Amino acid sequence: MIWIDTIVQGVLLGGLYALFAAGLSLVFGIMRLVNLAHGDLIVMGAYLILVVVSVLGLNPFVAALVAAPVMFSIGWVLQKAVLNRTLGDDILPPLLVTFGLSVVIQNSLLEGFSADSQRISMGPLETASVAVGPVTMGLLPLLTFGSAIAVIVGLNQIFYRTAIGRAFRATSDDPVTASLMGIRPDRVFATAMGLALVVATIAALYLGTRSNFDPYVGPARLIYAFEAVIIGGLGSLWGTLAGGIIIGVAQTVGAAINPEWQILAGHVAFLIVLLVRPRGLFPRAVD
Amino acid sequence: MAATHTLTTRTRAGTITGIAALAFLAVAVILPAFASRSLIQDLFFILTMLTLAQFWNLLAGYSGLVSVGQQAFVGFGAYMLFAATILWGVNPVAAILLSGVFALLLAIPTAFFAFRLSGAYFAIGTWVVAEVVRLTVAQWQAVGGGTGTSLPRDARDAMWGVTWIEAAFDVRSSAARDILAYWLALALAAATIGGIYWFLRTRRGLALAALRDNVEAAKSVGVDAARMKWIVFLVAAFGTGIAGGLIFLQNGRISPDSAFAVTQWTAFVIFIVVIGGIGTIEGPIIGVLVFFMLQELLADFGATYLIVLGCLGIVIMLFARRGLWGLISDRTGVQLFPVRRRLIAPARGPAGQTDEGGGHND
Repeated sequence: MIWIDTIVQGVLLGGLYALFAAGLSLVFGIMRLVNLAHGDLIVMGAYLILVVVSVLGLNPFVAALVAAPVMFSIGWVLQKAVLNRTLGDDILPPLLVTFGLSVVIQNSLLEGFSADSQRISMGPLETASVAVGPVTMGLLPLLTFGSAIAVIVGLNQIFYRTAIGRAFRATSDDPVTASLMGIRPDRVFATAMGLALVVATIAALYLGTRSNFDPYVGPARLIYAFEAVIIGGLGSLWGTLAGGIIIGVAQTVGAAINPEWQILAGHVAFLIVLLVRPRGLFPRAVD
Repeated sequence: MAATHTLTTRTRAGTITGIAALAFLAVAVILPAFASRSLIQDLFFILTMLTLAQFWNLLAGYSGLVSVGQQAFVGFGAYMLFAATILWGVNPVAAILLSGVFALLLAIPTAFFAFRLSGAYFAIGTWVVAEVVRLTVAQWQAVGGGTGTSLPRDARDAMWGVTWIEAAFDVRSSAARDILAYWLALALAAATIGGIYWFLRTRRGLALAALRDNVEAAKSVGVDAARMKWIVFLVAAFGTGIAGGLIFLQNGRISPDSAFAVTQWTAFVIFIVVIGGIGTIEGPIIGVLVFFMLQELLADFGATYLIVLGCLGIVIMLFARRGLWGLISDRTGVQLFPVRRRLIAPARGPAGQTDEGGGHND
């Protein structure tokens, strides 16, 4: 019985990892940009929510609504002013620029907020739980998982049902031809990064309420997110959710055997999938 | 007539560099006789970072293997040095070689996994492997587990050559160990630069340069890209492991967090190469000097130093992709380590002039 509980907790944790990964997957899918600063941008989002909560005294959910447009603007400007210049055939510039960005964000947060760990308080919601049969599930992890599904459904709706989604797909396929049809790829990319940071804000809300965070936790989140994306297969959002769940379950099962094995078990699961299915579980097309 | 044409990589600047490098080496070897201990320690830091930067440059600059996981080899090499010394009683100086060998052994499964991922995902793959190695080593209680351990006193005292240095330079044993570490770092850096320079001038080096410039074109003339990647990755792991062993031998203390620090062993190294000029031997040399000066200048400002370094790296990547050395080289046309093959026509040949052979190759 304890094992069912462990696995359910792992699946719910996987929802959080899928949220970390969705923004990454989106950006890679549209502009083949691998953003090594994604984890640090999520942490930055968590600090932004924290500031809004403590300064304006808002509920964290409302604070995330306030933070989302700010994060969208940051993403838009970042893409337009900096990251668009790095796109091209050479893989070095985007990697090294986003790696530099990661170091800059981490240390700016350290300067601004010190190395003390912080937490966004949710009040009684933090400990609330529901019992489903033999398993007790925390309300917050359930909410996280629900949000992950909502984000993936929402993103798919945007991709396939809206004009901007069509522009995303067209630019992803062929930026030059898309620009002949009146699409401006640089603006499409900027919008995509803005959208990715809105997803990052949702991830940040749950990162900040679920556990403590400090300026240095970004890279570890980035690794989980990447593992989820690669396990799922590049470009498939539902695959990313499956990847997140695999990492989450591996971590909780590992932790149940020996608390020190939690993180290690997640990484080992990733390496095993890589060994068996190098292109992930649900690969889309050749990239 | 055609038989009299010769291929050469020699240039006048290259010859001058060779002579200057020998003179510089000679001065560097006798430097401990009059330099202060802090200068020796600074130079040790510069030389080891230079070695790490040269190997990362070989990976990323020449082979397109952007690894963010080189701390795996630094840390594993260093840990195996401590294990060999503490558990198996190997002399620490000899154990440095074991650092390289074990790093090389680790590189084989690492490459097996990481080469399944292409481009940017390769970077994350190497990072994951480094994390796995860090978490695994942290479980190894014999070398201190998660908290780490120190090099035992008797092992430090047994280091080859220390008593001789003590007598020769009339210093205490701690200073003598620093001098020994400095000499080893000097030898390592010189061997690294010399080795890479030699390698790039061989046929394999030409293949590597061809791959860097255009993978498809290189394959079409028969370069085995996969094999070159393996060679470069294993060589870089070996050198990085040796540097890691040496760094922590001088340090005397090791912990998983310091030995596998991504900032120290990968971020700094990447910035050194990018700022100096990626894809050249000169770049990391300039980069490490700039890096050291910035560190001295901004040492009191803590995190600001890293912010400045990060911004500098971003600006250079955006606006001067070939780094500081690229800017200098473009202005002056100087190459201190010429690896480009030029076709020299005979003096009374039909053209009678020196002909530039090959493509753009710097």
